[in-house]
Amino acid sequence: MSGFPILSLMLLVPLIGAVACLMAGREQARVIALTATLVDLVLGAVLWSHYQIGGPQWQFQEHASVFAGFEWKLGIDGIALLLIALTVFLMPICIGASWNAIEKRAGEYYANFLVMETLMIGVFAAQDLFLFYIMFEAGLIPMYLIIGIWGGADRIYASYKFFLYTLLGSVLMLIAMMWMANEAGTTDIPTLMAYSFPVKAQTWLWLAFFASFAVKMPMWPTHTWLPDAHVQAPTAGSVILAGVLLKMGGYGFIRFSLPMFPEASAQFAPLIYGLSMAAVVITSLIALVQHDMKKLIAYSSVAHMAIVTVGLFAFNRQGLEGSMIVMLSHGIVSGALFLAVGVIYDRLHTREIDRYGGLAINMPGYALFFMLFTMASVGLPGTSGFVGEFLSLLGIYAQSSWVALVCTTGIILGAAYMLYLYRRVIFGVQKNADAAAMSDLDAREWAMMIPLGIAVLWMGIYPETFLAPMRKDIASLEARLAQARPKGDADVQLAALPPAAATHEHGDAMEHGPQSGPEAQHEGAR
Amino acid sequence: MELLRSLAITGTEEVLSISGLILLLAAAWGGDKASRAISIAAVAVLTVCAVLTAPALCQAAMGPGVSAWNGQFSGDAFAAFGKLLVYAGAAVTLIVAPAFFERDNAMRSEFPLLVLFAAMGMGMMVSATDMLALYIGLELNSLAAYVMAAFLRSDERSAEAGLKYFVLGSLASGILLYGISLTYGFTGSTSFAGIHVALAGPLSMGAVFGVVFVLAGLAFKVSAAPFHMWTPDVYEGAPTPVTTFFATAPKVAALGLLMRVSLFAFGAQPGVWQQIVIFVALLSIVIGALGAIGQDNIKRLLAYSSINNVGFMLIGLACANQAGAAAMLVYLAIYVAMSIAGFVAVLMLRDENGAPVESIAAMAGLSKTRPALALALAAVMFSLAGIPPLFGFWGKFVVFQAAVQAGLLTLAAIGIAASVIGAFYYIKVVKVMYFDEAADVVRGRSDVAQRVLLFVSVVAISPLGYLLTKSLGVLAGHAAAALFHIA
Repeated sequence: MSGFPILSLMLLVPLIGAVACLMAGREQARVIALTATLVDLVLGAVLWSHYQIGGPQWQFQEHASVFAGFEWKLGIDGIALLLIALTVFLMPICIGASWNAIEKRAGEYYANFLVMETLMIGVFAAQDLFLFYIMFEAGLIPMYLIIGIWGGADRIYASYKFFLYTLLGSVLMLIAMMWMANEAGTTDIPTLMAYSFPVKAQTWLWLAFFASFAVKMPMWPTHTWLPDAHVQAPTAGSVILAGVLLKMGGYGFIRFSLPMFPEASAQFAPLIYGLSMAAVVITSLIALVQHDMKKLIAYSSVAHMAIVTVGLFAFNRQGLEGSMIVMLSHGIVSGALFLAVGVIYDRLHTREIDRYGGLAINMPGYALFFMLFTMASVGLPGTSGFVGEFLSLLGIYAQSSWVALVCTTGIILGAAYMLYLYRRVIFGVQKNADAAAMSDLDAREWAMMIPLGIAVLWMGIYPETFLAPMRKDIASLEARLAQARPKGDADVQLAALPPAAATHEHGDAMEHGPQSGPEAQHEGAR
Repeated sequence: MELLRSLAITGTEEVLSISGLILLLAAAWGGDKASRAISIAAVAVLTVCAVLTAPALCQAAMGPGVSAWNGQFSGDAFAAFGKLLVYAGAAVTLIVAPAFFERDNAMRSEFPLLVLFAAMGMGMMVSATDMLALYIGLELNSLAAYVMAAFLRSDERSAEAGLKYFVLGSLASGILLYGISLTYGFTGSTSFAGIHVALAGPLSMGAVFGVVFVLAGLAFKVSAAPFHMWTPDVYEGAPTPVTTFFATAPKVAALGLLMRVSLFAFGAQPGVWQQIVIFVALLSIVIGALGAIGQDNIKRLLAYSSINNVGFMLIGLACANQAGAAAMLVYLAIYVAMSIAGFVAVLMLRDENGAPVESIAAMAGLSKTRPALALALAAVMFSLAGIPPLFGFWGKFVVFQAAVQAGLLTLAAIGIAASVIGAFYYIKVVKVMYFDEAADVVRGRSDVAQRVLLFVSVVAISPLGYLLTKSLGVLAGHAAAALFHIA
């Protein structure tokens, strides 16, 4: 595998597909798009299978100095590998979700999605600061067009809001990056991750990066673009927005803010905790009163992302690993939920919760999958949601029991709004004749739901598959953060942590063993 | 020998003036029927000049070896960089003009000659190393430009644009000339090298006034705020090929002039003009961005966009160092490509009868009726807004990087935050073309030359442009080094 530019190829395939889609009609475009995304999925599988767990930190490195000022430099570690895998996994499903729903200007639509895929993989694979920025920022254009052209009634307001909010967040990060490149004399991300910036400068740099990632994440109170964008975007747009784009914020924190500015991260941890606690409680309560299914899931995304941020800023391994798993899990689960909403939206063309009811009777297959994804969103043990949330909250508990307490209410509120949604849509009497007449999932929808369902259960039952590739990277990040780690409020290290740490070492020792750290904790928790 | 050497260094100016005079005779004999042939000949002349200029840039010519006419004129790499961009802008104007004017039966054989003489004036502007040579070049360009703005004699807006440009331009020339005389009075020299030496010591109040007046006059020529008022009216009123010209060549020449005057002539006292440039840059960015929001004419919008972009370029000047100058030149080259793409696309917006369409509302749904044209315009808009991966981002990138390296962090942060305001109106145009229902006004066909030009310029501002970053950086580096060589 060495020397073969597989990452560049993964970037190139969708790009070629995009150009082909622009020239093709509707029928050909969707076939081209599906082929391109499936080829990328295969390449992603090859990438994962050739990734050496416990091998060098950066693998599949490529380097070509064709530009002035920055370089074409790609390479992945375990964290990037998982997010790339998430991207290539969700993309064919997005194309599937658009198969019949998109009738106007299909060529442009699929071209935008394929460009989006290139840019998302590029964000996670970039090893040059400015290459990362270009990929990160360029995603605005296709997403702006997707929301604006194929969105719902209020799409123009939503597209403006999305574009300008995220642009304003990012430009200050660019200035910070320039300062860093100037100070450190390199734009190489791995080198910068080990570079110690002066503590005073870190404060400003951290704030500039925070401005960008907090909007992208999105963190309360900069989240207001998200419900608007989600509600107006087409189903596949929502899937990709919730599934991958939001993860760029979390990836940014884990790749830049934490390792590059550890002292500033410690300094600003209370800010993150405060905003996250506010987000968990406030957005969960807002989700509880929504009448629009997509808006409800959008607000739940904000709450879940807040769990990610507290986990990241817990400064310990459980928190970091948990955050990564929450990101992956949320990527799949929220994508699946938006897809589920899309399935019934395609039939009835409304997202009003009250227009549905009693779907369990006429759509049993649909009800089954919706149930699975609802439970995963709530964080039921055995689904992916549980593993991530449990680890994140465990991590933050070691740091601050109050934050853990407040954030845990998010789990309870999450159960409340998701189960309430499920009850209103799936159970009860069939009060609307048109909703009662809807047919169950067809073959295409089964084909999209099954892989998502399998992924949710796999991650919930055997998370070791997903923990193993990133374990070493998380450990080195934890080591990097160790000297800056703020002192926790509860002195739980003595009493609670040794068993947890022991299980982790146990997991390390048995890299491919059946019993992993989180699983053991999971057993213990029950 | 000195005479021959000087003649050799000013070779392109001689080619331009002699061929211009010959073509003038041809125009007098041939009448308006010959205008196409004369245009073609003029493009050929510009190509020859570009070929003659290129070696100076590639070989990084600088220093006394390329100084001609007793230090009045320099044929260094900086001048060559400016000239190449000027010739490109002028040639594009000549290529797109005949088709536009012929529709109104307004094509005159003088038009290509005016462009040639203007190009010669602009060549002198970027090469001048003496205040008097500078002024002659500036006026030669301006006189041609006033006539060109009013070239559609039957059109009221065109006549108004010409008159406005003339009145305000003369005022600015007066201010500039007053500044030059003050500078001469307090430094005792009109040559840039002499002024540089004379300003090196303690600064007298009179000299400061001279610097301020010179910069104010030049700020008018580059259409930087607060001297920008003429730009939207002239851009809107002038025939579109002429607007293409104004947005490219004179902009390059005036900015080149401003750079040489600030960095070389006044280079010994950067503290005096730096704060003026910072103020003008930020004001241009903000006014350019806010002013564009309410516009419903695409040419007016592009005029405000040019004010906005000049603001960004001036951030490079505010650095007052070689890196900043090189960054500014890179931005300038990219800006010329973006302007050409933008205005050629605007030229291609024609209704059924071939009449130009300028209202933004008429572009609604362009992506459905003319997808390629809409894609090109969208690329221009995102590029002007500086959104990666389009090449316009690179211009902003190098300028802001130079500012950060020079320690102007606050300027960079405010400037880049203000660029978000600008993004609003650029994406508004994209919204009109892509999100709105089709107005189906744009139906006219465009000729091959325009399509080729549009294709080439859009490829240049597309992500493929990044492949040029290395060579562009090297050339701009040569040019900037030449600017700082004697200083």
